Amino acid sequence: MKRRATPVFLERRTYRVRRLFDAIRLLPILGAFLWIMPILLRNNADTEPSISRLMIYMFVVWIGLILVNFVLIHLIKRSERSWDQLMTNDDLGD
Amino acid sequence: MTIWVTEMLNILVAVCILYVLTLFAVAFWAERAAVSGRARWLRSSWVYTLSLSVYCTAWTFYGAVGYAARSGLEFLTIYLGPSLVMFGWWWILRRLVRVGRMQRVTSIADLLSSRFGKSNLLAALVTLLAVIGTTPYIALQLQSVTLSFSVFSEYDAAASSFIPRDHSAIFVAIGLAFFTILFGTRNLDANERHHGVVMAIAVEAIVKLFALLAVGIFVVWGVSGGFSDMISEIDRSDVANWRGDSGRWVGLTFISAAAFLCLPRMFQVLVVENESEQHLMTASWAFPTYVMLMSLFVVPIAVVGKNLLPADANPDLYVLSIPLSQNQDMLAMLSFLGGFSSATSMVVVASLALATMVSNHIVMPLWLRVSGHRASEFGDVRRVILTARRFSIGFILFLGYLYYSQSGGGAALAAIGLVSFTGVAQVLPSMLGGLFWRGATRIGAISGLVVGFVVWCYCLFLPSFGEGLILSQTVMMHGPFGIGFLRPQALFGVEGMDPLIHAIFWSMTLNGLMFVVMSLVTFPSPVERLQGAQFVNVFNHSTGARGWSGKVAQTEDLMIMAQRILGSDQAQNLFQAEVVRQGGAGYLPEPTPEFLERLERELSGSVGAATAHAMIGQIVGGASVSVQDLMAVADETAQMMEYSNRLEAQSNELSRTARQLRQVNEKLTRLSVQKDAFLSQISHELRTPMTSILAFSEILQDGAGLADEDMVKYATIIHGEASRLTRLLDDLLDLSVLENGQVNLNLSTVNPVVLVNRAVSTVQAGATSTDLKINVLAPSTLPHLNTDPDRLGQVFINLIANARKYCDAAEPELNISLREQKGVLIVDFIDNGSGVPKEDQDLIFEKFARIGEQKAGGAGLGLAICREIIGRLSGSIFYLPGQEGGAFRVILPIVART
Repeated sequence: MKRRATPVFLERRTYRVRRLFDAIRLLPILGAFLWIMPILLRNNADTEPSISRLMIYMFVVWIGLILVNFVLIHLIKRSERSWDQLMTNDDLGD
Repeated sequence: MTIWVTEMLNILVAVCILYVLTLFAVAFWAERAAVSGRARWLRSSWVYTLSLSVYCTAWTFYGAVGYAARSGLEFLTIYLGPSLVMFGWWWILRRLVRVGRMQRVTSIADLLSSRFGKSNLLAALVTLLAVIGTTPYIALQLQSVTLSFSVFSEYDAAASSFIPRDHSAIFVAIGLAFFTILFGTRNLDANERHHGVVMAIAVEAIVKLFALLAVGIFVVWGVSGGFSDMISEIDRSDVANWRGDSGRWVGLTFISAAAFLCLPRMFQVLVVENESEQHLMTASWAFPTYVMLMSLFVVPIAVVGKNLLPADANPDLYVLSIPLSQNQDMLAMLSFLGGFSSATSMVVVASLALATMVSNHIVMPLWLRVSGHRASEFGDVRRVILTARRFSIGFILFLGYLYYSQSGGGAALAAIGLVSFTGVAQVLPSMLGGLFWRGATRIGAISGLVVGFVVWCYCLFLPSFGEGLILSQTVMMHGPFGIGFLRPQALFGVEGMDPLIHAIFWSMTLNGLMFVVMSLVTFPSPVERLQGAQFVNVFNHSTGARGWSGKVAQTEDLMIMAQRILGSDQAQNLFQAEVVRQGGAGYLPEPTPEFLERLERELSGSVGAATAHAMIGQIVGGASVSVQDLMAVADETAQMMEYSNRLEAQSNELSRTARQLRQVNEKLTRLSVQKDAFLSQISHELRTPMTSILAFSEILQDGAGLADEDMVKYATIIHGEASRLTRLLDDLLDLSVLENGQVNLNLSTVNPVVLVNRAVSTVQAGATSTDLKINVLAPSTLPHLNTDPDRLGQVFINLIANARKYCDAAEPELNISLREQKGVLIVDFIDNGSGVPKEDQDLIFEKFARIGEQKAGGAGLGLAICREIIGRLSGSIFYLPGQEGGAFRVILPIVART
């Protein structure tokens, strides 16, 4: 029973690491979206949010992205795979 | 007050000098620590992240506040772009850093040159673009330092004469040139990174962040009433009127992201000074944090400055003037140091990066061409490169100073930041294309760059000097030669666009388009294609750019050249390591292609890819191996292998034939020996009876007085000998017939037992009772043989007769047993005599082989004939050792084959 459980667990971990990299790949796209959308909408909106709220929004997004990135990278580092493994395997996708 | 301010300016200068000295000390200490190999944290990801802050120049330190005061939140785009690039490190930076490491890239010009077939033209072009784009930026830094000095002196007229405007700029320029030369051109190999410079920049990064945060905190909690008061103050200020042009927002974010990748100084710290790819992971969140903190208090400072200071105060200097106006001198001093740090770190790294590019891609190629010598005949190339680099640093700083003093440091200069970004970003399409697209070609890259550069110059750079300075007002309004279609700020009739966005849009679009189209229609050279594959698939294979044919290379020449470039110790170490790797001894390794490649890569760290390629090319006689060459070589090798295969086959055949010939020869020799032996035997055998016949016939001739019985006796002897001769001759004839294969077998089916019994009765005809006793043992059912009964009977008779002749037992007895086994008939003749001695067992079947004392008058041909007959009958006969007496075994196939 135990012998069967181990490979499944590893498989799961590899899968997790791949998804972490997916998240890292998507992060800048998410960031660009979050930072550009309010300015695009601001042009057309009749009731604009005040400049201070916009500014706070920008910084909140910024801090959010930094935290998410920080967490993702620490999760990847915890996966205990070598740098080259991370760099080469992940191009395979799936 | 006057005395105090003058004193303060003096203190400022003193602090400034002290600060610079501290930086020198830090840089010096870092260099020492790096050499001794201790202080691993020098290479930590934190130092790397902080060194990236060279992005935040004085323009961003002071200018961001001014920018915010003028254009609201738009200043954020300058930081958002780089943050996005860092968040997206996986996409581009990871690749860029790996490629940079694999190809030992020294600058962004070197990267493009390396990617597009080591093209020096391309490298020179990028260098030119970078110098044109960066020089105003350096001027901007000098201006900011001067301006910050002037803020202090504004409070007193006497102070302004103390430090004249231009003088402070030139002092700063000279000081920075000195620092850069001292720590930037210490070593040549770009792999031995500039630890001193990087460390100093990291320290400066902390200083400027600390300074800006301190001013920000002071403004929010010291001047304004805290966070909520600040918010309402912001919403009440002019900044709140900012509408936010989405085109500019997107365009500026894009261009700052592009510049972050393409600025020579950013490339220097991001790629060249990178110690480990893993540092990118830390920097990917730490650097956005850094710039986020840098921009956190920008809007509050701008808003408070606008409320607090007179309307004519320069918003670019609020960071300084707010603390000064509040009599916070220490804070002002700190703020000044922050701005100073921003300016100096940018100038140092930018001039270092540019000097590397200028010396590698412009000075060295020119020098190579002008000097006209072979690389090995150069003087001390190492010294030449270092000198070139030092002069380049001085030249670039001088250019910056010149630009600053000529432009007069007006407001036009303040706008140069984004102009510069846009210019440098022209490298982006070729760089990304080169990294991701194997089809990108040199021609494509060059044409894209040229078009982008021209459009940038025409639409942005030249107009930035102000109307009428270079481009006349009529050109600006109505286009060149009145062609409205080509107006610099409304290209192709696209009107109403922001001039900056217009320039970004057209330069990047046309650049990218040109790059793609020209890449599609042109054909890359083999080296380009190889390098393209190396760049695009950098994570799949990370070795070898392309081969050198080392056959003509003189290792000694290479050694001399390498010593001049790398320094003798390093070159000797390199060569000796190679000797060890090749498993040889001494100092000079074999110039294998791998070694030449390694050497070239090593050299390219010092002089750039194209120059290193050219230098090795000169020594090895320009024998760079192209793909065609490789293919030709491969072709030739294939042919040679085929030929050698054929040769090997032939040689095998020859040796086979030779072996056969040798065997035949041995056989012939043996036969010849046998023939001689046979002849001597036969003459002996014939001679013995002949002698007695002659002797007795002579006696009979002369013998008148012989008794009758003597005469009968002699005649009997003569008859006996004559009949013996006849028998011998019959046997010989028989044997000869058998050996020549001329014998005709009369095959018929017979019962072997009958045949044996007949032979026994033949031999025993006229035998006495003391004679041999013969027992025939045979099973009742034996298969019949298809054989020649007469010949086989002859063999049996011979064997039985031999037993009768030679069996030396007191009561001689012969047992003949027949049995069938696996399709053959086995007939054993076993007597109870002493048998044949072991050493003679091999010989008995030879002709004239008789053993022991001659009992009977046999010629010694009997067994030889037997063997021949049995052979003809497809059977075998041999002596059976290990029996109680003499034993012969005859094996015959049941179905005889002829």
